[in-house]
Amino acid sequence: MTPLRRRGPLDRALSFRTGLALAAGAPPAVLTVLLVFLTAYAWPAIGFNGPGFLSGLDWNTGNLYLDPVRQGALMVQPGAHYGILDLIVGTLASTLVAVALALPVGVAAAVFLAEAVPGTIRTFVSFFVELLAAIPSVVYGLWGVVVLIPLLGRWVFPVMASRLGWLPFFNGEPGSGYGLLTAGLVLSLMIVPLITATVRDAILAQPAALRESAVALGATRFETVWKVVLPGINRVTVGATILATGRALGETMAVLMVSGNAQGALPGNIYSPISTMAAFIASQLDSALGDPSGLAVESLAEIAIVLAAMSLIVNTLARLLLAAVGALRPAGAR
Amino acid sequence: MSPAARPDARQRSPLLRWWRRLGTSAGWAATGLAFLALAAAMLWILQVVVVRGAGALTPSIFTGVTQGNGGGLLNAIEGTAVTSLGALLLAVPCGLAAGIYVAEYRHSGWAAVIRFLSDILVGVPSIVMGYAGYVMMVVGLGWHFSVAAAAITLAVIALPYICRTTELALRQVSMRLREAGYALGGADAAVILRIALPSALPGVLTGILLALSISVGETAPLLYTAGWSDYLWNGQLTNAPIGYLTYAIWTFINEPSVQANRLAYAAALLVTGIVLVINIAARLVLRGAQPARV
Repeated sequence: MTPLRRRGPLDRALSFRTGLALAAGAPPAVLTVLLVFLTAYAWPAIGFNGPGFLSGLDWNTGNLYLDPVRQGALMVQPGAHYGILDLIVGTLASTLVAVALALPVGVAAAVFLAEAVPGTIRTFVSFFVELLAAIPSVVYGLWGVVVLIPLLGRWVFPVMASRLGWLPFFNGEPGSGYGLLTAGLVLSLMIVPLITATVRDAILAQPAALRESAVALGATRFETVWKVVLPGINRVTVGATILATGRALGETMAVLMVSGNAQGALPGNIYSPISTMAAFIASQLDSALGDPSGLAVESLAEIAIVLAAMSLIVNTLARLLLAAVGALRPAGAR
Repeated sequence: MSPAARPDARQRSPLLRWWRRLGTSAGWAATGLAFLALAAAMLWILQVVVVRGAGALTPSIFTGVTQGNGGGLLNAIEGTAVTSLGALLLAVPCGLAAGIYVAEYRHSGWAAVIRFLSDILVGVPSIVMGYAGYVMMVVGLGWHFSVAAAAITLAVIALPYICRTTELALRQVSMRLREAGYALGGADAAVILRIALPSALPGVLTGILLALSISVGETAPLLYTAGWSDYLWNGQLTNAPIGYLTYAIWTFINEPSVQANRLAYAAALLVTGIVLVINIAARLVLRGAQPARV
């Protein structure tokens, strides 16, 4: 009888599990490399810009026709100064508009899909609306530029500005259609399927006994949903909304195409042209490359770090919240 | 006992009953309107893309390359295919390995680390990925705008999606199926690769298809990794920029010439069509799947 082969340390080291564990390390490795490289690349800019980077309003590459001057350990174009407060405000404001529109519409549509659409066609109807998440960002941008902006700029915004002028931020110059409200509107369409899908699933997963008790107490079906089912899934709704917020913060192409790409000023009203951090990175590399000191390109990397940090915080929050209630959906189509 | 204290007194108040009925009707109407708004937006976008795209989609779009503001889109179609499939080629093995490990050794510490960081990776905005790709590969490694830089950047975006969907698909496979495999003397490798993974195949395939759809529709991460080229790909992985369809949409819709706009509409119809077909296929694959029951 041949003795059973002993598993030595080498066998264990070459085992299936070890190999798989190594191959599985790609996501952590990639994330680490990405953050380390970006930070290392932006390091000179972080030192030069200091905390004023977050509170300044002007993005000035300095006089590119003069020779760079030495400032500390850095070579800097004379007059260079970088501040991105306008971009931070633009990012937060467009995201806020998007979420303010997407949350009520998304939850209401989820209630409709879960409660009013018969089960036989629910899958199909839900799928159709959720395809909004699959449409590429740049196609939203095209739709915005071609049909939405002419409509809003010529007809809707002027009327809103005159009728809703008593509301803060709704009065004043209605603008051309390129601006904060348009960007928020397009963003809201892009993130609403995330809220609708998650909330719909959560409504359907609520135990039947809960509804039955509410109905037994004399509640109508709508009252049951509104007063019993929806409060029961509060945390899911909040989690999905934060996740959608994270997506809106980082959206690039659609915002780039419809926001008006304003620079150096805070939005005066809801129709004002704005820019966001993501859109600014996408639009500015060409001109930043003209800076011989390299500081402009490195400052763009610093924006990328600020944006990534904001998205990471928001996403982690949402995932912790959703994981706690077991409602984390698979990462689906965008 | 006063009438107001009777439990059914509220029910009997006609005003309250009227108020409740109004609230219920208004509530249902609001949910219906919300749904209609979303469906209308979807139809509106599709209508714009299909109507304008169909008018612009001539045979020369598929046969010729872009010449300035005119010509065809063959270069962009080829570029989108090359970068997207290249991204899949890189992301599928890594994503599968990560997803399998996280699902099959789900209680290990390394699995928790991979799962958490992979979720974080999903949250990194794609423009940040693109910029990091620019810093690392285009400048750092000196690859310039290139297929390699573009495909790797797209692969990094697709990676966490594939990992996550693979994990979820494997988790749906019954533990008993695995136990049966072990009882027959199978080792980890055999049980996972020949029993669990085939049972989870539809879910895994769905994830891969969704990753492909994301790659085809992305623009921001490619702006500073792929560049743009009016010519067909010369086969070089580095030092040669490449065109792609989403860039054509973005850049040609802002040109004043009608000819350029037609290119943008044609590209939009192609991209939207491909993405929708992939999404529908993914849904069908998942629906046709019967999870193994033991």
